Parts: sequence; C-alpha cells; structure tokens
Amino acid sequence: MSTTADTPVKTPAAVTEPEASNLWRDAYRRFKKNKLAVGAFFVLVFLVFIAIFADVISPAPYDYSNLIDANQFPNSQHLLGTDSVGRDFLSRLIYGTRVSLTVGISVQLIALAIGLPLGIAAGMLGGWVDYIIMRGVEVLTSIPIWLFALFIISVWRSNGQQVGGGLLNVIVAIGLVGWVDICRLTRAQILTLREKEFVLAANAIGAKPLHIATHHLLPNALAPLIVAVTLGIPTAIFTEAGLSFLGFGINDPLPSWGKMVADSSSYIRVYWHLGLFPTLCIAVTMLTFSFVGDGLRDALDPNLKK
Amino acid sequence: MVRYLIGRVIGLIIVLFIVSIIAFLMMHSVPGGPFDEEKNPLPPAAKANILKKYGLDKPLYEQYYLYMSNAIHGDFGTSFQSPTETVTDLIARTWPVSIQLGLMAIVLAFVTGLTAGIVAAIKQNTWIDYVVTFISTLGITVPNFVIALWLLLIFSIQLNWVPTGGWPTEGGEWTTAILPVITLALGPSALVARYTRSSMVEVIRSEYIRTARAKGLGERVVIMRHTLKNALIPMITILAPQVPNLITGTIFVEVIFRIPGLGKFFVSSIYLRDYPMIMATMLLVALLWSVTFLLSDILYTVVDPRVRLS
Repeated sequence: MSTTADTPVKTPAAVTEPEASNLWRDAYRRFKKNKLAVGAFFVLVFLVFIAIFADVISPAPYDYSNLIDANQFPNSQHLLGTDSVGRDFLSRLIYGTRVSLTVGISVQLIALAIGLPLGIAAGMLGGWVDYIIMRGVEVLTSIPIWLFALFIISVWRSNGQQVGGGLLNVIVAIGLVGWVDICRLTRAQILTLREKEFVLAANAIGAKPLHIATHHLLPNALAPLIVAVTLGIPTAIFTEAGLSFLGFGINDPLPSWGKMVADSSSYIRVYWHLGLFPTLCIAVTMLTFSFVGDGLRDALDPNLKK
Repeated sequence: MVRYLIGRVIGLIIVLFIVSIIAFLMMHSVPGGPFDEEKNPLPPAAKANILKKYGLDKPLYEQYYLYMSNAIHGDFGTSFQSPTETVTDLIARTWPVSIQLGLMAIVLAFVTGLTAGIVAAIKQNTWIDYVVTFISTLGITVPNFVIALWLLLIFSIQLNWVPTGGWPTEGGEWTTAILPVITLALGPSALVARYTRSSMVEVIRSEYIRTARAKGLGERVVIMRHTLKNALIPMITILAPQVPNLITGTIFVEVIFRIPGLGKFFVSSIYLRDYPMIMATMLLVALLWSVTFLLSDILYTVVDPRVRLS
C-alpha cells in the first residue's frame, strides 16, 4: 500500500523540486493542501490545549456546586449557564474535554499495546497462532464493541471494582475490545509487505524474523497505523460518551459529555442548554478527529486517492 | 464452495461457543444476584432449595452445560426482572418493536441514501453534491444519540410537531415513529449515499459506460441499467452489518424516545443484573451478526461472478 518511501527518486516531483522527497515531506505537502484537514487540525490543537490547561482556563472547579445558582440559563456570570445542582456548565464542558481526550488517546494506546503484537504474531508466525488470534478477532467482531464494553463494565461494577470515578474502568474496557481493528490492519500489512523484494532480500542475508519485523515491516506499516489510530480516537470517545449516557461510564462529579447529555434529558423541555452544549462538544470533537484522520489518510496514502 | 461454507459455519459455531463461555463466566464472577439476602435473610434450607431449583448448587461446567442444552432447545430460562415470564417470552414481546423500528429505518436509509448518492454522482462538484457530502459526513460521524437529542429539541420541543416519545403499537400515535426512524436511518443512509456516490463516479468513468453512451443509449438507461447495477455491488458489504444492528434495536434511540424495544430492555436488564436476559440477548446479537456476515459474503458471489469464495 504505502510504499512511496521505497521509490522516491522516480517520481516527477523529485525532478522539479530540488529538495529530496520522502514519505513524511510528501505527506506534509499533501496535508497542507487539504484545507478542511488543516482547519480541523487547528481545532484539534485547540481542544488539546483546553484539555491540558483546563485548570487555568475554566472559570470554576468542575465539582463546585452552589444550589442557589442552579438551573441558570447562559448569562454574564455563567457564560453557558449552570446545571441542576448549580455547577458552572462551561467549566464542566472544559473538564469534559480533558476526560474525552484522555479516554480517546489512552484507549488507542491500550489497543496498540494489544493489537500490534498480536497482529505481528499472526502475520509473521501464521499457522495455528494466526488461527487462534483470528478467532479471537472474530469473537470480538461478532458483537458491537460497545456492547461488550457495557457488559464488562457492568460485571466490574457489580464486583465493586471502580477506579478513578469509573474513568479507568471505561478506558480499560474499551481498550480490551477495541484492539481488533489495529490487529487486523497490522496482520494484513505484514502479509502484503512480507512478499516484497526488500523483505525477501533481508531474509536472504540472514536477518532474524524479529529484526525484519521491527526494522523492515513496521516502519512501512507505520502510515496506515497512524491513520487507524487517529480514526480510532473518535470511536473511543463516542463509546465513552455512549456508556456514560447509559449510566455505565464515568460517575459524578467527574464530568463526561455523554453523562451530561443523559442528565439533561429530564430537564430538556425547559433547560435546552443542558442538552445542546454537550452534544455540540461531542459532535465537534468527532468531526475534528475524522477530518484530521481522513486528511492524514489522503496525505500518507496517495494511492487511495484518485 | 461447499467446503468453504462448511468451514465458515464451523467457525461461526466456535465463535458463538466462545462468546457464550465468556459471557457465562463473567456473569458468574459477580457476587450477589437475584437471591441476594441483604434485605430478607432466608433460612439455609430454603436457600438451598432455591439454589437447587435453579441449578445454582451444581459445579460451574455443569451449569453451563445445562444452560446451553436448554438454550439450544429455545429455553433461555426465566427472567429475573419479570419472574412470570420466560426469557423467550420477553424477547418475543420486545423484539418485534425493535424489528419494526429497524425495518422502517433500513427502508428509509436505503431509499434516501441511494437517491442522494445517485444525484450527487450525476451532479458531481455542484452545490447538490456538496450538500449531500456535508450531510452524509455529519450522519456518519455524529453519534445517533446526539442527533436524536437535536431532533427532539427542534421538532418536539421548539416546534411541537411530534411527541417526544412512545411507539405506535404500544399506545402511542403514529407520529411517535417519525423521529426515531429518521434518527436511526440517518447514519446508514449517509453511508449508503457516500458509497453510492463514489462507486457511481468510478463506474461512470469506466469503458463499458462509454460504450453504452457511444451506442446511443439514453442517459436514463445508462444510469439506471448500466451504472447503478454495477455500482450497487459494494453496497452489500456496507449494508450487511447495518441489518443486525438496526434489527436488534439501537439502544440509544430506544432509550431517548422511550420505545419499549429489545434495546431499552437490554439496558434495564443490565441495571437489574438480569443475567438470563443479558446472556440470551448477547447470544442473539452474536448469532445475527455472524449469520449476516456469512450471508453477505455468499450474496457477493451471486451478484458479482468475478468473486470466488475460497
């Protein structure tokens, strides 16, 4: 798929441009041309900024409640109003960004930690190892992933195992079922790359399988993996929001956008702002990550684009 | 082909077997449950009797064996949350609602998605194309409980056109079906539109379409008979996973619009730790998904003779 790195000199671009082109420089150039992706990238940077500096930016702590101020519409003192127990809604949304991004990124790290080694093992070793791993993948794809996550969390909850207001439970549960895509992608990449001449050459001069995997296969599979991880983040964020929406995710007082949507539903007839703002946050975050991910895919894998 | 199918069916059975074991073991790792004695302690003899009645005194593998051999005969036990009904009865009562909702959404998704995709492909790079692309991006990316809430805010609360919840066959007006069906249909419809558009664009450029035009065929025949027919093939892979998804009831939509379907019931089963019900629903979903994937692979070879299963 993305073997542009192997044949950089032959492209006509290399003739017109004095600078030697490589995969990352080409990708950067292509990404820059995609206005939607660049715009989304800046929004993404903004979201990350908000998440990191939530303590500094937000006007109030996320769990500070003042019942006298409960259920206020947006006003000059509380820019986005207050919720039913009088907590500043803007602050909760800002901290919610931190929670969402933490979940999205940590889940993908867990998914990488499980999916990458399993994918490499399945692709390199083949045989019964491959068979067992692929059956495992099939089991996890036989049910929507968040249904599995819901089930795992409900069992943990019944066992009284809750860590960090449910945050860690959510991350681990989604991570445990979310590695399937990365595993399948890694395996497919290894199977195609294994037949390439440069890998055969490495084999011929006696390189060890592990060396081939880490030095020849993985660097070439990096681009599609980056795309898969980027596009996996919004899925994880959505799953967290969905679980919290159903009441099986993150617990009060820790703010989660999904939980805020669920809490709003009893008051939505009057206090529309409680439903509108968190849903907007979820939508914007999901769109941002998808646009950046799509842009990265087009930039890193030009063969996919007509 | 036959050998391939046998292999796939065996794989399917293995998968269901593993799903059932995982679900069974996890459920049994949970302390407490239906016969919790926190509030009303039972005499030991009565408790032993109850445990015996439900087979809970036997070793785990025997319980599993008993459960599965009953399940194969369609007996999934008694629901904890509604002890007068068997799990099979409960599913038979709640599933039809989800199926109605799902089927309406599938039909709507397919019709609107196809139309939008065709129009966008024919009018490539016009404003119509951009609007379709924009809406389908929203539909694919934004979770359906977010969309459900937006529709609810606009059409039920601001405009007051439709009720906020309920279901026609469960005592609601027919208008209660409008918002949930639209919400559920939007995602798949966006997918269908996007893929119809891109595969139409690809097929339109191919040589046999140029030949068809060169023969002097009308635009209508070229689009409907030559382009669309071939552009529809990838649709099988896209629509297939949507079918079990929609038919088993999308939980969020049922919860938001208070539709008494299987999805809403599943959530309450999890709240109430109704394990027989959870287990049966998980097995049902796993079976539906696996069978749909298998069928879609077979269907693929039927519509596209170039594809061979091996």
